[in-house]
Amino acid sequence: MSFENVRFTKNHEWVRFEQGSDVATVGITDFASGELGDVVFVEFPRVGQKVKAGEPMGTIEAVKTVADLFAPVSGVVEEANTALNDEPSLVSESPFDQGWLVKLKLSDRAELDKLMKKSEYDKLVGKD
Amino acid sequence: MSDAVSDTKKTPLTFIHQSLGAKMVEFAGFLMPVSYGSILDEHRAVRERAGIFDVSHMGEFLVTGPRAREFVNEVITNDCSKLAPGALQYSVMCREDGTTVDDLLVFVLGEERVLLVVNAANIDKDFDHVCTFDKHGVKVENVSDSWALLAVQGPMTREILKACPIFRSVKAQLDETAYYKGFSFAYEGDEVLVSRTGYTGELGFEIFIPPPHAPVFWERIVEAGSSHGIIPIGLGARDTLRFEASYCLYGHELDDTTSPLEAGLNWAVKLNKPSFRGIEALRREKEAGSPRTLVGLDLEGRNIARPGYRVIKDGADAGKVTSGAFSPTLQKSLCMALIDRGAKDASTEYKIVIREKQAAAGVTALPFYKSRAK
Repeated sequence: MSFENVRFTKNHEWVRFEQGSDVATVGITDFASGELGDVVFVEFPRVGQKVKAGEPMGTIEAVKTVADLFAPVSGVVEEANTALNDEPSLVSESPFDQGWLVKLKLSDRAELDKLMKKSEYDKLVGKD
Repeated sequence: MSDAVSDTKKTPLTFIHQSLGAKMVEFAGFLMPVSYGSILDEHRAVRERAGIFDVSHMGEFLVTGPRAREFVNEVITNDCSKLAPGALQYSVMCREDGTTVDDLLVFVLGEERVLLVVNAANIDKDFDHVCTFDKHGVKVENVSDSWALLAVQGPMTREILKACPIFRSVKAQLDETAYYKGFSFAYEGDEVLVSRTGYTGELGFEIFIPPPHAPVFWERIVEAGSSHGIIPIGLGARDTLRFEASYCLYGHELDDTTSPLEAGLNWAVKLNKPSFRGIEALRREKEAGSPRTLVGLDLEGRNIARPGYRVIKDGADAGKVTSGAFSPTLQKSLCMALIDRGAKDASTEYKIVIREKQAAAGVTALPFYKSRAK
């Protein structure tokens, strides 16, 4: 998987964007899902809800703990990954792919530049 | 974290958990496995097949002497006076004011020999407490470091142990031993204790082993169980399993401020006994009604009610959550809560404050989960 178009936050979210589209996909990293353990429920923001970079937009309930889901960038919620309602374990099994959480319509593309690239994030979690 | 870990005690099996790549945490002063992979997979393995747990952190006190059982009977709320050797009993020990020092298992090993199995976090507190009683010539020893403890739990447990070479000489006992009964046998000249008990709500045995033999027991049982799908289980699934079976966990449903009557353990409190520590206070509580009652609640939605969350009724505080989980077996969000008397009498519907929201929660019978055969 290429991480060229993926940016990371210090809260362990990732955001994948595409050239020519203002809709980005958001999830949590493999590091975050490993720390959380088995996810049993994701409480999503409403579709159409405005979210602000760095602010909580949902919660992730794991067996042992609960974590806030922070918006990595500002925007409007376009879609939630409702497949997780039946299969929340996808967040643990496939955090970068099938376990994505929400799609956001970006309100300020420049916010992406403030986030970390893969190599920087790997350094943060001690993976390099 | 690393500092804390360096001070913690290890069990005779810690090196095995580490070699299996378990996520390790400090629990009650011991370095213990939380899980070896997925807590949910481990939970399901015990419900459907079998799991093996290292619970060597549990404490053991040995009470010996002609009046051993009398002595224990003064300490505990349950009545062990009529237990024959080879019988076990769940009980609680209380202070004079009826609050709970700990919950424990009483294992009658012989006419003059009783083993008390206590929670790891309470070993020192419990031993101090037990030492405040008149000894009447009995000897009480903290033998916690002399016993490793394995729990083998799940519907396939009996077949697995019978297939294990270590248990070849006691196959018949494995078949015949009833729930809350036990036996002992010699392994390389050392005493091993086996009880048909557990903390999961499934068929299962707990095996008390001299520590040097613990690794070979673990390995042989895992080998014998591999074709039955046995896997090692950490403390994470131990908690979700006991939660579904609605067993009290000290520090949650029971603690230094809770009475066993509040926690719904009336069946383990024998108020018709001539005496035990706390009997007067508990008789008064029974007469007057307990200030709080433990209930099971079934939540709307899938958020988890965590320990300490507020339970409210008509906007006013009605109690606190003691344990909660999204039940892997029943596939719903459940919790146990201690509800104040006034609120309990009035209602079967509550709300639980989960962060900034309120989740509706209806009273549901305990235990949440009951297996066909324990």
